[in-house]
Amino acid sequence: MKIGYGHMGTLTMVVEMILEELGHEPVVPFRPTRQTLALGAKYAPEFACIPFKIVLGTYLESLARGADCFISGGGYGPCRAGLYGELHSRILQDLGYNAELIFLFPPLKKTVDFMRKLSRLKGRHSWFSLARIISKAWAKLNALDELEMMSQRLRPLELTRGQTSKAFEKGLQYLHQAKNRGEIEEARAAALAEMKKIEIDPTAKPLKIGIIGEIYVQLEPFANFYVEEALGHLGAEVRRSIYLTSYTRHDVLSTRGDMNSRSLAQPYLAQKVGGHGQNSVGDVIRFAQMGYDGVVQLAPFSCIPEIVAKSLMPFISKKFGIPVLTLFIDEQTGPTGIQTRLEAFVDLLEQRRLASGRYDFPGNIIQ
Amino acid sequence: MTARVGIPRALFYYTYFPMWQAFLEKLGVEVVFSRPTNKEILEAGIRETVNDACIPIKLFHGHVLDLKDRVDYLLIPRLVSPGGYITYCPKFLGLPDMIRFSGMKLPALISHRLSLRGLPGGLSRFLRATALSLGIKNPLAQQKAISHALKCHKLYHRLLLEGKQPLEASTLIQKKGRAGRNAALVTAAEAGTGMPRVALLGYPYTIYDSFVSADVYHKLQSMGVSVITPDQISPQELRRMSRVLPQNLFWYYSNRVWWAGLSLLQRKAVDGMIHLTAFACGPDAMVDKLLELEAKKARMPFLTLTIDEHTGEGGVQTRLEAFIDMLQAKIENNRNGV
Ligand code: SF4
Repeated sequence: MKIGYGHMGTLTMVVEMILEELGHEPVVPFRPTRQTLALGAKYAPEFACIPFKIVLGTYLESLARGADCFISGGGYGPCRAGLYGELHSRILQDLGYNAELIFLFPPLKKTVDFMRKLSRLKGRHSWFSLARIISKAWAKLNALDELEMMSQRLRPLELTRGQTSKAFEKGLQYLHQAKNRGEIEEARAAALAEMKKIEIDPTAKPLKIGIIGEIYVQLEPFANFYVEEALGHLGAEVRRSIYLTSYTRHDVLSTRGDMNSRSLAQPYLAQKVGGHGQNSVGDVIRFAQMGYDGVVQLAPFSCIPEIVAKSLMPFISKKFGIPVLTLFIDEQTGPTGIQTRLEAFVDLLEQRRLASGRYDFPGNIIQ
Repeated sequence: MTARVGIPRALFYYTYFPMWQAFLEKLGVEVVFSRPTNKEILEAGIRETVNDACIPIKLFHGHVLDLKDRVDYLLIPRLVSPGGYITYCPKFLGLPDMIRFSGMKLPALISHRLSLRGLPGGLSRFLRATALSLGIKNPLAQQKAISHALKCHKLYHRLLLEGKQPLEASTLIQKKGRAGRNAALVTAAEAGTGMPRVALLGYPYTIYDSFVSADVYHKLQSMGVSVITPDQISPQELRRMSRVLPQNLFWYYSNRVWWAGLSLLQRKAVDGMIHLTAFACGPDAMVDKLLELEAKKARMPFLTLTIDEHTGEGGVQTRLEAFIDMLQAKIENNRNGV
């Protein structure tokens, strides 16, 4: 089987490794571009969310490259119930493709279904060797998350703009090539060494900004206009509410989600609203308690849970004293618009910090 | 002084108002509805709501604004589940919170959970909790009001099934006191008038809100078309349709639209379909595409009308006329064996 799948940040290379190890031929998705999005948007319903359109675009590109089958998680965006994949597959059918779509739902919610599909994917491999592959993938994921977090910390400190991103890309390549545990460990060390080479200003006290919201737009940089990098270059250290290793722990392997954020949200949003709506409210509170300067909420336009969350934001933001910038993203969103709003937001946070006198010297207002 | 309870004329109103009204009035509480949607209400709602919300949610805010200074309580339940593992659109789930933290100055909110999941008697539990919030503790009075309300609820949905509009139905209920046994059972659709039969698929809060939907329903009727809405498909039939897709994909109201569409397609019970979708509605994006693809497979004429802030009367009228003309021509052709 030539298996395609959607592009989602650093997860992409991990899926590639798993599929290869299982003896399939992965059609590794390219990083999405404006063309990918335009292609998806052409065949997707107008008000489908941006993750839906990007993934559809990626599928169409992959079909042209020979993919005959796709795997996907049980749906992101507003349509967790799996509707997402169902509609993708119907649209592809209508366009005359015969590709099969395999949806993997969270294992603890639909165990039988999950195991059946898994055993198909694993082919002739024993469960034991599957477990080995998974644990290898897990090691890679951990290394990737570590690298990502480090780049987020270093970017606002770098003396020459762009160094961190360069080192990060190199690190990704090292990890991409690593095929077994030993190599992964080596690649990880080499990647971290690259990061250590970056020249930084150790005295700077950058702003700290939390990123929250829907999972796909958080994890896929193309979908969020590279917001992490942009904020880093504006001199802010960012931290997402979702990292792959934490997401997998909380959402895929358990049915309960991130308990902590949800219980924080409880007094304000008493009901689970699907997606990450309740988490988003709780995450703001969590970041506020951790002393962050501000929060950026990312959401696809028309994403229902995030809209519910957003409508509570003015209140939460005031109550916990933390500014929140909400960015709803669709295909009309332009990079310059986002950039301007980010700049204004960072400005505001700097003013606040100066006014609060929490730090005598706001180290790194990079011009 | 009797308490005055306000019920916004939006969203769940169309599913539940006769029951709530019957219940509250039986308890001696005065019920006040917001005015039917008008321009002012719509615009106020748009001003008050996060600008990324769907039209029906904005409209709901508008209706709250219209009511809030005239009442002592606002009834804004948290609709969770109509039973089983189906839930309502997340916006219904978060609605009381959205309203509570919207920054409007509000009277007391009564927002108990309404969930028919799990133990039977969800409706009664909800009603009892509501009575308690109003300070009505007498269990006998509660029980009486509950059974009266449930009776009205049942009757109301039977009348909708027969093709009555919500207001018509509620007047019928009130006039007859308790029963409207022999309401005409034959819908125009089954009478076979030679005019096209058209499915009008959409949510009760779009279809029946004549302002925001540019009154598509009556426009169609006045063209002589017989209109079928999801409310006119029996629950049994909808349940049968629910097995078509590998799993239940949507939220309650969206499910009903999708199943109704499927059922009508399968039975070839209509000559054309109109999907009335709400601007910026998350689920509708999906429902609309699924319906469109199914209709295409069945060679069923299909028209999507999107309701937005300026659903211009003129535009809708022309599009409807063109669609109906096309259907009529098709019927003619078939009859002449072309
Ligand atoms: S189903 Fe659609 S129109 Fe209704 S509340 Fe949800 S998003 Fe709005």
